[in-house]
Amino acid sequence: MSHPGESIVAVRGLRRSFGSTKAVDGLSFDVSRGEIFGLVGPDGAGKTTVMRILAGVLTADSGSVEVAGCDVRRYPESVKSHISYMPQRFGLYENLSIDENIAFYAGLFGVSRRQREEVAARLLALTGLSRFRSRLAGKLSGGMKQKLALICALIHEPQLVLLDEPTTGVDPISRGELWHLLYELQAQAVTLLIATAYLEEAERCNELALIHQGRLLACDKPEHLKRRMAGEVLRLVTPDPRSARDYLAAAEGVRNCVLIGDGIRLVVDNAELRMPELRSLMLQTELRFSSFEQVSPTIEDLFVAGAAGLLQGAPQ
Amino acid sequence: MTPGNGEDAGAIRVEGLTKRFRSFTAVDNVTLLVRRGEVLGLLGPNGAGKSTLIRMLCGIMRPTAGCVHVAGINVVEHAEAVRQHLGYVSQKFSLYDDLTAAENLRLFGGLYGLGGQALVARVQWALAISGLDGKGDVLTRDLGGGLRRRLALGCAMLHRPPILILDEPTSGIDPMLRRQFWELIHQFAAEGVTALVSTHYLDEADYCNRLALMSAGRLVALGTPHELRYAAARGDLVRVECDAPVRAAEMLKAVPGVHDVAIFGNALHVSITNMEPEAALRASLEARGIACMSIEAIEPSLEDVFAQRLGSDSREEPAD
Repeated sequence: MSHPGESIVAVRGLRRSFGSTKAVDGLSFDVSRGEIFGLVGPDGAGKTTVMRILAGVLTADSGSVEVAGCDVRRYPESVKSHISYMPQRFGLYENLSIDENIAFYAGLFGVSRRQREEVAARLLALTGLSRFRSRLAGKLSGGMKQKLALICALIHEPQLVLLDEPTTGVDPISRGELWHLLYELQAQAVTLLIATAYLEEAERCNELALIHQGRLLACDKPEHLKRRMAGEVLRLVTPDPRSARDYLAAAEGVRNCVLIGDGIRLVVDNAELRMPELRSLMLQTELRFSSFEQVSPTIEDLFVAGAAGLLQGAPQ
Repeated sequence: MTPGNGEDAGAIRVEGLTKRFRSFTAVDNVTLLVRRGEVLGLLGPNGAGKSTLIRMLCGIMRPTAGCVHVAGINVVEHAEAVRQHLGYVSQKFSLYDDLTAAENLRLFGGLYGLGGQALVARVQWALAISGLDGKGDVLTRDLGGGLRRRLALGCAMLHRPPILILDEPTSGIDPMLRRQFWELIHQFAAEGVTALVSTHYLDEADYCNRLALMSAGRLVALGTPHELRYAAARGDLVRVECDAPVRAAEMLKAVPGVHDVAIFGNALHVSITNMEPEAALRASLEARGIACMSIEAIEPSLEDVFAQRLGSDSREEPAD
């Protein structure tokens, strides 16, 4: 059924304002079938607005949106059987059991009893919730509620799942478990579009759209984005980060210098050229340092570079 | 210890601290010294005991055993006295949306017992550090996420507390504003303020001088981010770019010498010991017909460290 490479979501020139606020300001991107696609940006970047437009629950001011072959602006209802939308606060019924919640959502989507039992059994096993089936949703931990919400959202076997900040407030261990689950779903040919404000997590996606103030900064695979950043990142570990910054921030070739807890991160034009220069600058001072090395840019580095117009065009 | 010599003994001194709720031990014999001017990150999954520890530091909850000194005050004996010395910034800080920035500051200043010229001066100061100079009349609800967090920080610092407690202070904010926020925290720290940061966000952890990892009520690791990244690795960590990552991950878990495999987008992070990764991993993958594009050693991220240190702990899931 799945056709790798073919796009399941195509967004062109999307705009949506609320009063004088341009929540989404001319956004275009494609999501390929079978991938985990991250809409990445801080709170207020427009991620939720995009999600809601894709789900057909909010209309765009202009632009086109095609999801699973449906023109969402024209036929917002027809898209709903192909997709699932899991908003930040998914409505679970706390006084219903796991099984009852699943049955409720299956009914809502018109899922047959046979399909419900088959899909629920598979997803309950996958999430490790099988033995809690009769437990009330209100008695589940945060991580378990998240998993139940995901099962409810998947009960009609959608081709595309829209997840709006599924890991906000979720601790790193549960987050790891959730991602494991998402990769399992991906292996079953489900396409996942995930909005997140958590930049470190973005590296787990196959493809990223970095969004800032309703606009696209860049869209690419995380490893390609890293190669597109103008400049390279160095990390100096020192007991005295503030002095280190005072010494090095204005040195030749240093574009950016950020204090971190146990040192500084520097963006330089050319690591190979600047490292020996910076090292000899430090040796002229009393500054002690335990490590000085080139590190891979973080998504935060890419985001800052993108907002400053320092992400180069696609490689090749 | 008597009040007054807190500087030498550390701004926050926790010894053998324990809190039990019936049969459940939320905090289990924790000993921790936070230096004056230090930014300490407190990390751990839900239920690890972070919130309980912080409540005991603030004098809101009495420990079952052990002692806590904050800014030289014995918190167990003088729970009320410690509050004047604390500032608190939460992710959901209770700023009043329908008040202006200046009104919020005056309100919180009043609650901390400031008045007259002293209050006027501190409100001016707080507006300046919040980046709201001359914008005191803006309604709080009209401020963006980054400015709200800085205003919350301004509110918390109005009464010049020597100790600042921050709960996920910069989650979800614009990266540029996040850097400015941490710049401020480090500036306060340089002036002698001690900050305790509780967070789930490992990219916030990088801004802390030292990190304390908690699990099941215990302190399981303590060190600078750099120390933790290097010391934690039970073996080496390699990044493997290959086809079919989900299938490849399952398969590599069974390879001798492989501790753990996590999928990261288009690649795998494989933690290994005592093996030649290039040859062994490539051979295993290719034997199953999975093409392997590259294998390279990488530095563990704090997320990798966290998973390694805590991932194997079995735990029930109580709400924190």
